[in-house]
Order: sequence, then C-alpha cells, then structure tokens
Amino acid sequence: MTRFLKSRMRGAIVVSLFAAAFTLTTAFSPVAQAKDTIKIGFSMALTGALAGGGKQALEGMKIWRDDINAKGGMLGRQVEFKYYDDQTNPKNVPGIYAKLLDIDKVDFIVSGYGTNLIAPAMPVAIDRDVVFMGLFGMNNNKKWKYEKYFQILPAGPEPAVGFSSNWFKAIETFKPKTIALLAADAEFARNLKEGAIINAKRAGLEIVYNQNYPPKTADFTPIVRAVNSKKPDIFYIASYPNGSAGLVRAIAEVGTDAMAVGGGMVGLQFSGLMAGLGPNLNGILNYDFYVPEPTMALYPGAADLIKRYQNKVKTEGLKTDALGYYLVPWAYAYLDILGQAVNAVGKIDHDAIAKYIHKTEFTSVVGKVAFGDNGEWTTSRTIVVQYQNIKNNDLNQFAQPGVRKIMYPEDIKTGTTKLFNSLR
Amino acid sequence: MRFKFEIGCVLVLLAAFIFTQSGINRFYYFAGFAILQYVMISTAWNILGGYGGYINFGTAGFLGVGSYTAVAMIEFYSAGIVEQIIVAGIIAGVIGLSIGFFTLRLKGVYFAIATLALAIVLETFVNNWDYVGGAAGVSILPPRTPELLGIAIVDRKGGAIFNNNKEFLFFLMAFLAILSVWVARTIEKGKLGRGLNAIKDNEEAAECMGVPTLRLKLTATVISGALMGMAGAVFPSYLTFVDPPTAFNLEFAINSLAMPMIGGTFTWIGPVVGSILLGTVQQVAIVTISSELNLLIIGVLLVFFVTVAPQGIVGWFMKKNK
Amino acid sequence: MEFTELLLNALLAGIMLGGFFAALAIGLSICFGLLDTVNIAHPTIIVGAAFCTFLLNDVFGIDPIIAGILITPLFFILGLGIYSLYYQFFEKQSAEALRGLAFFFGLLFIAEVVMIMTFGVDHRLVSAPYIGNSYTAVLAGMEFAIPYRLLAAFVVASAMAIGLQLYLNKSFFGRATSAVHQDMMALSLMGVDPVMVKRVAFALGLSTCGLAGALMIIVIPIEPAVGRFFIGNVFAIVVLGGLGSISGTLIAAFILGIAESVVSTFFGPSWAPAVSFAILLGVLAFKPTGLFGSGDTR
Repeated sequence: MTRFLKSRMRGAIVVSLFAAAFTLTTAFSPVAQAKDTIKIGFSMALTGALAGGGKQALEGMKIWRDDINAKGGMLGRQVEFKYYDDQTNPKNVPGIYAKLLDIDKVDFIVSGYGTNLIAPAMPVAIDRDVVFMGLFGMNNNKKWKYEKYFQILPAGPEPAVGFSSNWFKAIETFKPKTIALLAADAEFARNLKEGAIINAKRAGLEIVYNQNYPPKTADFTPIVRAVNSKKPDIFYIASYPNGSAGLVRAIAEVGTDAMAVGGGMVGLQFSGLMAGLGPNLNGILNYDFYVPEPTMALYPGAADLIKRYQNKVKTEGLKTDALGYYLVPWAYAYLDILGQAVNAVGKIDHDAIAKYIHKTEFTSVVGKVAFGDNGEWTTSRTIVVQYQNIKNNDLNQFAQPGVRKIMYPEDIKTGTTKLFNSLR
Repeated sequence: MRFKFEIGCVLVLLAAFIFTQSGINRFYYFAGFAILQYVMISTAWNILGGYGGYINFGTAGFLGVGSYTAVAMIEFYSAGIVEQIIVAGIIAGVIGLSIGFFTLRLKGVYFAIATLALAIVLETFVNNWDYVGGAAGVSILPPRTPELLGIAIVDRKGGAIFNNNKEFLFFLMAFLAILSVWVARTIEKGKLGRGLNAIKDNEEAAECMGVPTLRLKLTATVISGALMGMAGAVFPSYLTFVDPPTAFNLEFAINSLAMPMIGGTFTWIGPVVGSILLGTVQQVAIVTISSELNLLIIGVLLVFFVTVAPQGIVGWFMKKNK
Repeated sequence: MEFTELLLNALLAGIMLGGFFAALAIGLSICFGLLDTVNIAHPTIIVGAAFCTFLLNDVFGIDPIIAGILITPLFFILGLGIYSLYYQFFEKQSAEALRGLAFFFGLLFIAEVVMIMTFGVDHRLVSAPYIGNSYTAVLAGMEFAIPYRLLAAFVVASAMAIGLQLYLNKSFFGRATSAVHQDMMALSLMGVDPVMVKRVAFALGLSTCGLAGALMIIVIPIEPAVGRFFIGNVFAIVVLGGLGSISGTLIAAFILGIAESVVSTFFGPSWAPAVSFAILLGVLAFKPTGLFGSGDTR
C-alpha cells in the first residue's frame, strides 16, 4: 500500500480524468437548435417509485404538444420538449433544471410529477424568476410564497384539507361517531392524513386509531385486525399503490365492520391494480379525479382525450397505464393552461404571464380552473367515488360507467353512498 | 519541499474558488457539487473499508444523520451552515463510536449487515420524528444573505464573496472534499494507516503483535462516520427539501462502495479517481441518455471494472508502470 | 379476551409472514451462508421470477404456484451460468469479497433494467381463486382468520426449507456442499471437485427463486424495483439465523415475521422495521455468529 506513485504519474491521472470529465459534459451540450421552436423543459419520473404515474403524464403531455402544434404552436412557433428522467429521486432535480435553464436554454419549465420532485426545483425556478407549473404537488409553495408558481391538483386552497373534505361530506349520511386513520409513511399520504384529521375533528368524530405504516410492509392483516379491535365506524386510509393493494386484500380477507373504508388510497386508479384486485374493491369509497361516468361531461374534451390516449397505448404498444384516467387529463391541462396564457400575453414575459394566470379563469379539459394567491386552485374539486358492481378481474369493466359511481360533489353524483359491507 | 501535498490542496481549493467566480453556466455547480459530495463520501468510506477492510453498508445512515442534524438545527434556531456541519460531524462521529463498540467485534460480513441494519433503524427513527417533518419531508429555505463573522458571503446583488448560494455551497463542498482527502492521506501515511492495513491482512496476527485493533478500528469508524455526517449536513441546504427516502437513499450505499472499488481501495487517490469518474458518468447520463438505461450503464461499468481492473484504476496504472 | 384474540392472531400472522420471508431468504442461505457469495441481486432475481409467474398466469391462466414450479429449472440453469462467470473472474483469483459484491450489484442493476424494459414499471398482481380469501376458524370463542395467500407462502416455504435441509444432510452433493463450506482442500483430497459442488449448490440456491417469485407475486404487488425493499430483510435473516444453517434461516425468518406482526398490531406499524433490525443488532452483540451459526466467523 505504501507505494508512492511518481508525482508526475499522479498528476497525469488526475489531469486526464478532469479533462475527460469536462469533455464528456461539454460534448453533450446540444448544438444550437432550430431557432424557431419554443422549448419546454421538465424532469419526469420515468423510473422509480412514481414512474407509473410519470409515464402516463408524459404521454398526456405529448398529446398536448401534438395538438398545439397542429393549431400553429405557441406564439406561432412549434413546441418542443426537453425532458430528463429524475428517477423519482429528488437529488437529481436541481441539476436537471439547472441544465434545462442554463445549458439547454429552454423557454419555459414545468414540473415533474409529485410534491417531492417539485420541491427541489422551486429555488431554481425562483432564482431564474420564471413561471413554474406544478403537477400534483401539495403545498410546495407554502414556505416560498412564489408568485409565479401554479399548481394542477384539484384540492383547493388548503390542499391537505380540501383533498378529503368531499369524502367526509359523503360519509355524513351514515352519521358516524368514531374514525380510524392509517397512512403510509410517505409524503403524500401523511399530508392527506393530517388534512383528514382536521376534517374529522370538524365533523365531530372521535379518533380511535391513528397510525402510520412503513412503505415496505408486506402483510397488512395484523394492522387491519388492530384497527378492527377498536371498532371504528369509519376507516380512513391514505396509502401508496402497494399499500393500497395490500390493504384492499387484507380487508377482503379479514373483514371489517366499518361503515366506510377508503379515502386517500393512491394506486386504485391505476389499471394494473384495478384489474388485479377486481371484486375485492367493491364498497371502497375513494378519491378520484376523473372517471368514465356520464356526468363527467362537465370536463369538456376529457373523454375524447382519454380515448386518444388509450388508442395511442394500443397502437404504439406503450408500456404505460392502459386506461390513463388518473394523470392524463391533468398533465394535458397544466400545459394547456400555460399555452393559453402565453398565447394570450403574446410574448415570453414571465411577469406578465404570471399575472395573467392569476387573474384568469381558464377553461381546460378538466373544466374551469382558477388559481389563488399561493398558486393552488380556488375551489376543491376532488370527486368521491364508490366501487360497485365489479364482477371479475376484467379491465374493460373499469372503462365503462357504473363501476365507479360518483358520490360527491352533488352536482355530478351518479349514486348514493352505501354501507361498505352491503356491497360485498 | 516538505508540504508538497498541502500546497497542492490549497492550489486546488483556489482553483475551485476561481471556478465559482467565473460566470460559467450554473449547471456545472450543481453537477460539481454532486461529484464533490461523492469524493468526500468515497474517501470517508475508504478509510474504514479500504484501509481496514471493514465494509460499511450503512453509509446512508451516517449521511442521513448528518442531513437531519442540520435540518433539526435549522428548525431549532436557523443555525448557520458552518455550525450545522460541525455539529453534524460530531453527532455522526458519536454514532460511529457507539455502533463501533457493538459491532467491531464482529468480523467482515457480520459488520456489513450490522451497518445496514443500523441505517434502517436510523431511518425509521427519523420517519417518526415529526419535528423534522417525519416521513413527509420538510422544505428548507436558505437564508437570503448569509454571513459569517460579519462578512457577507452570498448576496445576489453583488458586494459579497459569492453571487449565488449554489456557488457558495459548491465551494464549501470543495473545501470539505479536500479536507477529507487530506485526512485520508494523513491516516494512510501514518501509524493509523499501517495499523489498519495490518488488520486488513490478518487481524489475529496483528493482535498477537500488539496492535490495538479495537482502538484503531474505532478511531477509523469515528473519523469515517464524522466525515460522512459532514457531507450529509450540506445536503439539505443544496436540495432545499429533505425527506427520509432521499437522505437515506440506497444509492449512497452503493456508490460509496463502488467508487473506491473502481478507483482502487489501497490509496487515497483511488476513491478520488473512482468518484470523479463514476460521478461524472452518472451526472452526464442523467441529463443525456436519461432513462432506465442509466442504471444499465452503471451496472455494466461496475461489472466491467471489477472484472478487468481488480486493483481499481489506480492499481491498473501502477502495474503498467512497474 | 379480545387482547388474547388479537395477540394470537398476530402471532399466527407473524408465523405466516415469517414463512414468506423464509422463502425469500432460503436461497440466499445457501449462496451466501454456505458459499460466501454475497449475492445482493437475489431479491431482484426473485422479482424476475415473479414476473415470469405473472406472464404464465396472465397469458395461460396457470396457477401461480404451479407456474413457480415450472420455472424452477430455468433458474437452476441461470444459477449455473452466473456461478461460472463469478468463479471465472473472482473466486479463481481468490479476490476479496468486495469485488464479488460489486459484480452482484452490477447484476442487480442489469436485471432491473431488463425487467423495466420488458414489463414496464406498473404494478402487477396475479389472480387465483384462493387469493383474497382466508381460512377462518372459531376456537374457544375467538375468531381466527388466515389469508390463503400467506398460508400458501408458509406451506411452500416450509416445504422448501425441509427439502433443502434433508438434501444437505442426506444426499452426496448436499453433504459435499456442507463440506466445501468447512474445508475445501479436504474435499478435493477426497476426490470431489469442489468447484462443481459449489456450482451445483449455487444453482440450487438460485432455483429457489422460482417458487419464491411465485409466492412474492401472490403476497404483494410487484414492480421491477421492489426487490430493493427486501435486500435488508433477507440478509438480516440469513445473518440472524447464522451462516450455514438452513434451519437457522427459517427460525430467524419466523422471529422477524412475528416481531413485525406483533409490533404492527400493538405499537404501531411505523416502528416495525426498527424493532426487527434492533433484534438483529441485539443478537449479534451477544452471539456474533448469529443464532445457529457455526463457530467460523470469517
């Protein structure tokens, strides 16, 4: 070990390494692009935990790009994407956005998918003073208070609370007294649970169980039994895909006397899990954003967009979610709003664009959208659905109305909330 | 010249400083920060792993402790970054000492698994610690115009040493990385290094010859842990957002092992070479190829280097020039 | 009364869960425990098997456990291949364990990427008539329910463990494997090719991945990166049980399963991982070679 390298040798190694490193990075800098395109840059989770959603979102975004280019583009120029995979690792995000803004010289940036992947990009956006559209992030702007940040998540001005407020209205019909709350030990689920606790207290419910579970939990039967031993009227769950599946299974196996089960279970909107869980889902009362019920014509163009997405998946053999209800309309919308605003303002002036977005009510594929001071939606429009009439594991039944009936909001409901056990 | 190495260190630090003053594309600070962080982490890992032969799988644990100490201090009284680094280093060192006490009596693979277990236990604790955000994570706002001893360090409007927080963090990380390399080299050339090597070759024989094995191993663990903690402390300020999966990411454990190995574990240059090479490849890959192929490249590189260059790149160079 | 019912159910669930963990760890017990190859890619290979099971179930409607049995020979052959590579580049030159480790890390990434490119990143489940149902019984006024999918895991894992233990004790190759762990030179002096013994043993360890993968997709939804969740667990189980002891691995798996189940039920699931690994650390502090490990602590 104590062999000295000649200092010249040592120097040579280090210098050649640095040279190689530098050349590599600069060699990959893009040459001057075609001048007449508008570049939108972003990071997206294409691998890692959130990739199931990220890949869907990307396809939705590509459909928007094709649509707007067919109509003449933004400011008369064609739109081009520049994106990188953030691997669902927040650590990669700042570097990606720095490259997008400083080297790739994109005209606009939008966010990746999910609160944790939006957060590290905030200071980069703020530093460069650019408009920043966020996709499904909760409260990212709470501390920064950046006036150019806008968020697509129909949870309303207080996202954590607004997310579940409709759900709690939907269960009022059972006149419940006690509630058990369970959340995954991860960002979104924990935030949801905090919001749900506020809603529960406002509804005068007594909390008899309040725990978190580690994301890697394999078997949920002990947890479900522990919850059952407290005999709650309501079982509120905020979970991520693998937990959602595990809990649905465990509840099917152990049973429960709760009057309503569900709330914030992410993943039940993904095709793979819906088909896999099949009839075990009957009775679950969950949040959703868009379902193929007839009253959702309220979202003009969404049904058509989803059909186009579904066709694209089939014809291009894409390995993404087959149905695309969860993220596709929203990914389309956040770009759509940016596009509308930029075209309305008429030039790339981030201050003007931000002001325009703040004072305008947009019409998009997800209906009317207006933003509050902190960039969140002014109204909450999370819908509450109950799974009913699922007969088997066939994916197609989920593409038809009648399986996920809307319980709330009142103006688009297609069913009434039934007791959990009555539907099984 | 007696202090050739130290002068070299100062020169590199100066170069880093000049780099921050040049108006170069800011992306290089981000990428540079990530690479420098790995230089420090790999060097720290190598002190125990390369010199002593005790493989630490729990790098993420020490880093996470460093990060969350920094977060706790920020939440508590908006501590300045230098204080965060020092305190994080101390706490990580103490954790290294206590875990060392229990597990350094175990040999080889048992120690490795124990460190992995430690990282998981630490992550679980942090998950449940709501003061620092728990599993939901926490957003950190860096101070607008930080000062140190009355001198303005960062000011966007000019008039301070750095124009931008990222430049400051880059320089800080460069300083820490050089510090860790200096520490590693000093250990390597001194009694501690020789003792560790004796332990790596044959621990029983070393004990018979009177080498105080437990004391040496503990020292190495404490130093290694402290350096990792310090590297972790800078992380929250750079990312402005921390949550347990990010701070305790498995990627740290894998890289801190792969980089010294690719570079060569028997000398201080090895981790430096390995981390610069692999780190740069990773940074470039993220913003170019950018897809699942990233992972493939790392996997293939790993297998390739480990098969073709058993003593790491440095070892390979040395052999060529015998 | 309710407390007892809860406790007994928790213990029962823990044993079943332990069975599941054991299925994952048992192959590693051979590869790592007996042969000293730090195959960190083991859980990821199991995920690969899980995807194969999914394919057979989705396309042909084959029951997952049968599918698992069908693909076992595939993984045996894969094991032969991997070990030959490993031996050629590492073991032959008596490289330090660290290098072998890097090789398996590389394997992990490559396997994950292949799965991502072939299957995509969405979660997959299998369906079978018994999944989603449980076996219920009422005893002494207390209700017990054991989900069939966990029961299946428990039964299969125990069968594998017993089978492997018998093989190691009774068959020629099995005893040669234990011997090669203890003293390679003596074995070759007796006319047995130690390399071939090791190769077969490694392949055997890897062949358990077939059934383990089937069990995995029965118990949880899978996606390519899910193997990483289990790395800590399986290594902890093998080490806790003691390197070189199959029955030790089984018992360690039960201990960790019960710990997780009981803690989840009574103290809050959030603490379960800490408790499991604290148990490991505790045992190692007092018995550095694990519960049933042989005295050799190298």
